[in-house]
Amino acid sequence: MTIARDPTIPPPRRLKPWNAVERGLAKVGITGRMLVLAAPVLWLLVFFLIPLAVVFGISLTTKQFGRPPYSPLLTTEEGTVQLTLQFNNYIRLFTDNLYVAAYLSSIRIAAISTVITLLVGYPMAYAIARAPDRWRNIFLMLVVLPFFTSFLLRVYALTGFMRGNGVINQFLGLFGIPPLVMMQTDFAVYVGIVYTYLPFMILPLYTTLVKLDTSLFEASADLGARPIHTFLFVTLPLSLPGIVAGSMLVFIPAIGEFVIPSLLGGPETLMIGRVLWDEFFAATNWPRAAAVAVAMLVVVVVPIMLLQRAQGAVVEK
Amino acid sequence: MRRGWFLPIAASLGFAFLYAPIVSLVIFSFNESSLVTVWSGFSTKWYGALFSDPQLLGAAWLSLQIAALAASIALVLGTLAAVALVRFRRFRGRTLFSGMVSAPLVMPDVITGLSLLLLFVAMEGLLGWPQGRGMVTIVIAHATFCTAYVCVVVQSRLSDFDRSLEEAAMDLGASPVRTFFDITLPIIAPALVSGWLLGFTLSLDDLVIASFVSGPGSSTLPMVIFSKVRLGVSPDVNALATIIIGIVALGVLGATILQLRSKPKSSGA
Repeated sequence: MTIARDPTIPPPRRLKPWNAVERGLAKVGITGRMLVLAAPVLWLLVFFLIPLAVVFGISLTTKQFGRPPYSPLLTTEEGTVQLTLQFNNYIRLFTDNLYVAAYLSSIRIAAISTVITLLVGYPMAYAIARAPDRWRNIFLMLVVLPFFTSFLLRVYALTGFMRGNGVINQFLGLFGIPPLVMMQTDFAVYVGIVYTYLPFMILPLYTTLVKLDTSLFEASADLGARPIHTFLFVTLPLSLPGIVAGSMLVFIPAIGEFVIPSLLGGPETLMIGRVLWDEFFAATNWPRAAAVAVAMLVVVVVPIMLLQRAQGAVVEK
Repeated sequence: MRRGWFLPIAASLGFAFLYAPIVSLVIFSFNESSLVTVWSGFSTKWYGALFSDPQLLGAAWLSLQIAALAASIALVLGTLAAVALVRFRRFRGRTLFSGMVSAPLVMPDVITGLSLLLLFVAMEGLLGWPQGRGMVTIVIAHATFCTAYVCVVVQSRLSDFDRSLEEAAMDLGASPVRTFFDITLPIIAPALVSGWLLGFTLSLDDLVIASFVSGPGSSTLPMVIFSKVRLGVSPDVNALATIIIGIVALGVLGATILQLRSKPKSSGA
């Protein structure tokens, strides 16, 4: 949008200091764009991308005593730089049953919890999307509120709820039902993941569902489809980007979850985040922990790419 | 389907599931007995116990400082990243950049924590900085993942506002920088407030990343809570949780009202 300027009106005064700075920088070949990008790019490069490379590097060393507690990657011997790569951490990862079992069980627990979260979250998101306007924002706030309250404290709240003499069992006791053992089981871990990650599922689902054109449902009904068919063949396929985005937002962090399995799970609840934690803090085997992290990254990289694509679809629609 | 019984019931059950544990936690924080789940009378003694625990108070103060610093750094970085992603249609490395910005959102905490710790150790060996680990390293780590959240919030606000306002300012002769400060910034201000608040609460909440990158003597509040909770349920944690939940509820309520008011009536969603 440009408006032809009346030549009799003097051109507006520009804010001077910025102009001088801009011109000066332009002379050296620095554009405004580069300045905007510089800080976030540098920060994320140094504190996000390079650390991942460092993890990979250290996963190829072995534990040794001293500071830092791993063997050096590069050594100088008689003036020549030597690169020492050791693959024993990765070999252990594939041969030691503990690691294999932990990976498989993490994926299983994360997948099952994601499906449950979807089943719980979809009707909620749908109900909110179809709610009257003034209620919608209140419902959304109610969904977001627990997300803002401490994650750790919400997991803690669940322990008070599910323990042997907890609220649920006291309630069941009123009807003469013997107490259920819920804590320190895989069941408690599922409940914990569903409980804490539910908002991550509801929000993207809501975003896609609220944008759906309601005339499509009417058309489908007019053509004689039963509500269940309209849902299965119209609503569900159209909300697929939201389903994928929500599911990945739950699945990816759930794979590496540490707090939930260690507070709610039992000693036999194997999850890779917990294995990494113990490897690092209890065994102080940094290279092994790094190898576990690299392998975890390999597991989550495909879901992350799926998420990127789904998020694009959710936003652009 | 539209006036069915299924959706209301499912939604009510879902909300009950979300809130019942929190409500019971709040109720039992006023319990006289130290048994957290058996009601024995009203008391506020656990709140008193809270305020006479120097370890807890020190950790809370440290966490608040870290959260404020990390959220402020993230606000600047996240806003710049959002402006770049929304306003610069094409530039070299855009895909990599947008990936770098949003990946910390979903990256498992244990990986983020471990990778930053290993970076800090390697940097200390090569450059002599940072010397040891503590508040500074935690702030850097938190600012990194908070940047991603701020960016998402600001991005959505930037992409749905009327660009002709900016164009008008530039046509009237304002430089891009001046346009940003005089036009863009006031319009996206509510998003900046919610982005900062989001970063603040997330930083205040983080246990895993802080555990990796903190040093001796710099235990944050979640680290102290975790070590208490691990040993069993303690009623003073209930009291602390109630205070935190109360503050957060007020904050979210305020932010929601702020956003509803500032939103133009025409944009429905």
